[in-house]
Amino acid sequence: MQIKSSVAIAGMLAFATATSAFAETITVATVNNGDMIRMQGLTEEFTAKTGHKVEWVTLEENVLRQRVTQDVAAKGGQFDVMTIGMYETPIWAKQGWLLSLNDLPASYDIDDILPAMRGGLSLDGQLYAAPFYGESSMIMYRTDLMSKAGLEMPDAPTWDFVADAARKMTDKDNEIYGICLRGKAGWGENMAFLTATANSFGARWFDEDWKPQFDSPEWKTTLTFYLDLMTDAGPPGASTNGFNENLSLFQQGKCGMWIDATVAASFVTNPKDSTVADKVSFALAPDTGMGKRGNWLWAWALAIPAGTQKEAAAKEFIQWATSKDYLALVASKEGWANVPPGSRKSLYENPDYAKVPFAKMTLDSINSADPTNPTVKPVPYIGVQFVAIPEFAGIATQVGQEFSAALAGQQTADEALAKAQALTAEEMEAAGY
Amino acid sequence: MAKSFTNQRMIINTVVAWGIGLLIFFPILWTILTSFKTEAQAINDPPLFLGFDWTLENYSIVQERSDYMRFLMNSVIIAGGSTLLGIVIAIPAAWSMAFVPSRRTKDILLWMLSTKMLPAVGVLYPIYLLFIKFGLLDTRLGLVIVMMLINLPIIVWMLYTYFREIPVEILEAARMDGASLREELIYVLTPMAIPGIASTVLLNFILAWNEAFWTLNLTAAKAAPLTAFIASYSSPEGLFYAKLSAASTMAIAPILILGWFSQKQLVRGLTFGAVK
Repeated sequence: MQIKSSVAIAGMLAFATATSAFAETITVATVNNGDMIRMQGLTEEFTAKTGHKVEWVTLEENVLRQRVTQDVAAKGGQFDVMTIGMYETPIWAKQGWLLSLNDLPASYDIDDILPAMRGGLSLDGQLYAAPFYGESSMIMYRTDLMSKAGLEMPDAPTWDFVADAARKMTDKDNEIYGICLRGKAGWGENMAFLTATANSFGARWFDEDWKPQFDSPEWKTTLTFYLDLMTDAGPPGASTNGFNENLSLFQQGKCGMWIDATVAASFVTNPKDSTVADKVSFALAPDTGMGKRGNWLWAWALAIPAGTQKEAAAKEFIQWATSKDYLALVASKEGWANVPPGSRKSLYENPDYAKVPFAKMTLDSINSADPTNPTVKPVPYIGVQFVAIPEFAGIATQVGQEFSAALAGQQTADEALAKAQALTAEEMEAAGY
Repeated sequence: MAKSFTNQRMIINTVVAWGIGLLIFFPILWTILTSFKTEAQAINDPPLFLGFDWTLENYSIVQERSDYMRFLMNSVIIAGGSTLLGIVIAIPAAWSMAFVPSRRTKDILLWMLSTKMLPAVGVLYPIYLLFIKFGLLDTRLGLVIVMMLINLPIIVWMLYTYFREIPVEILEAARMDGASLREELIYVLTPMAIPGIASTVLLNFILAWNEAFWTLNLTAAKAAPLTAFIASYSSPEGLFYAKLSAASTMAIAPILILGWFSQKQLVRGLTFGAVK
């Protein structure tokens, strides 16, 4: 008996020593989104499993992007794991700033990652960031207001239907606006929405020779349609509305429809914050019959910067945070509706998850977006609501300011498009395209 | 007649002063009020002023999610350390400029001030690389040095202004009595300039406390002060105003209290020498 317990104690000591010898403290940079905050709360589970400790640096999205770029480029080594998006991943991978994740063990089941996500986070067949959660965009609408307008929302509506419904639902005297769309300037704000919408109207950012296309009739149709719709059925001051502003309007019951990130579905159906939680339904983003829908594709993903000294521990963390087990862990603690969506096929095959009201529509939206073939005509770039080149963020933010000014009534659609064309051509020429 | 005119003027002055004071204080008041609202109330249209259900939920979420004391300690050490280090360096500098001016003193003073006009982002990358080289990234020592360098021109300028008010004859008398330069600085000049030094310390402590560019760019997990604590509550996807307001209120509370208790010294120091 005594021998047995001595052996057991010696074994435990050896294990503890071995674990502590390899135990590292890694620094993870992330944004303050609900799913990331939940992950921070579950860090102890990771520590218990691997012995590694995690220090979190939570930053505002744009600050994070700038900090991480600066640190990666200067090889500062301040972060071992960073949260990046689908836009940065191929660009940074090309620069040699990220470590490949293709060598994750078989148990990780890399083939279980949704193909659209894997494609957007890879370069030359190598995965450089593991999707923590993925999203597309879709229509969230008020079932009560739709019925009141005498309409029924199809699962896959056209823009004409949406525009008609928005005008019929609008009751400005009672502060009900048929449609709430992004108007705030920024490449990740109004330009994400407008680029995805433009795809469904057959417009594109560049032709095959990288020539800007804002002087094309398709862009004119897109922008005119958007401005007319927002003038007739949008809320006042829409040119300053981004995701959060529209979320708040929708939750207060002031929007008939809202086309935005699929991740918003869990917010608008949460009775704690939303006054319309039981009156919301979902539909695919609209199209114009040209074969492309106006939905985007995005992923918040975890990547390892090339300068890290703790590659093994960082990989273990990514493996844990983006695994099937992690999804089950969140479900066991907070329910299936709070599981980070849009990353793995197996999640959508799970019968428990299928009961979540927005699960199917999220998957259908993600599957209908194709980053390599985003619009009707051929393009030389990758990305649905963005163009994966380093110059895009700066150019699109400037173009976004022109379109936002047009929405605010400071200029016409033609003027905004002419300015967009001129500034894009100038920037692209300077960049050597 | 004259008396009623004076009274009337005083009333107008008081009303205007209160009006301006409230206008300046309003954003802080609004932040504090918002911190007691729910996220839905925080973005309510029309905005809710006092008629809402007050809640401490945001404070409890912030407490639960972040290690406030760690951020607070970093802020105290960075702001306090940089201010003290700055004072130690600035007193001799200001002394020489005030009492032993050379032909170039004015130019040097202006040149020092001109460094404040340089956009910080212009030197971010060189400083970042230096920090990597010397292992100062995400350390409190690194930030103490940077904060001190940033505020040094202001400290020297303020002390120079106060020292100029002190009659040079007193220092000469001390020298006649056999005081060394060190003794002259420590036992004669510094005690006479205490009000000026105190207000300089206070102002620079506040400036270093509120500085957000360098503290956000040069820290990660270990040395991050309260500015990084506030920044972590902004969210691109999800409502955050109430929680952000709670974090902001917790971050500004210490400095508000310090400012409240030392306002007399601050005002006296800042207006010292302004009217002759």
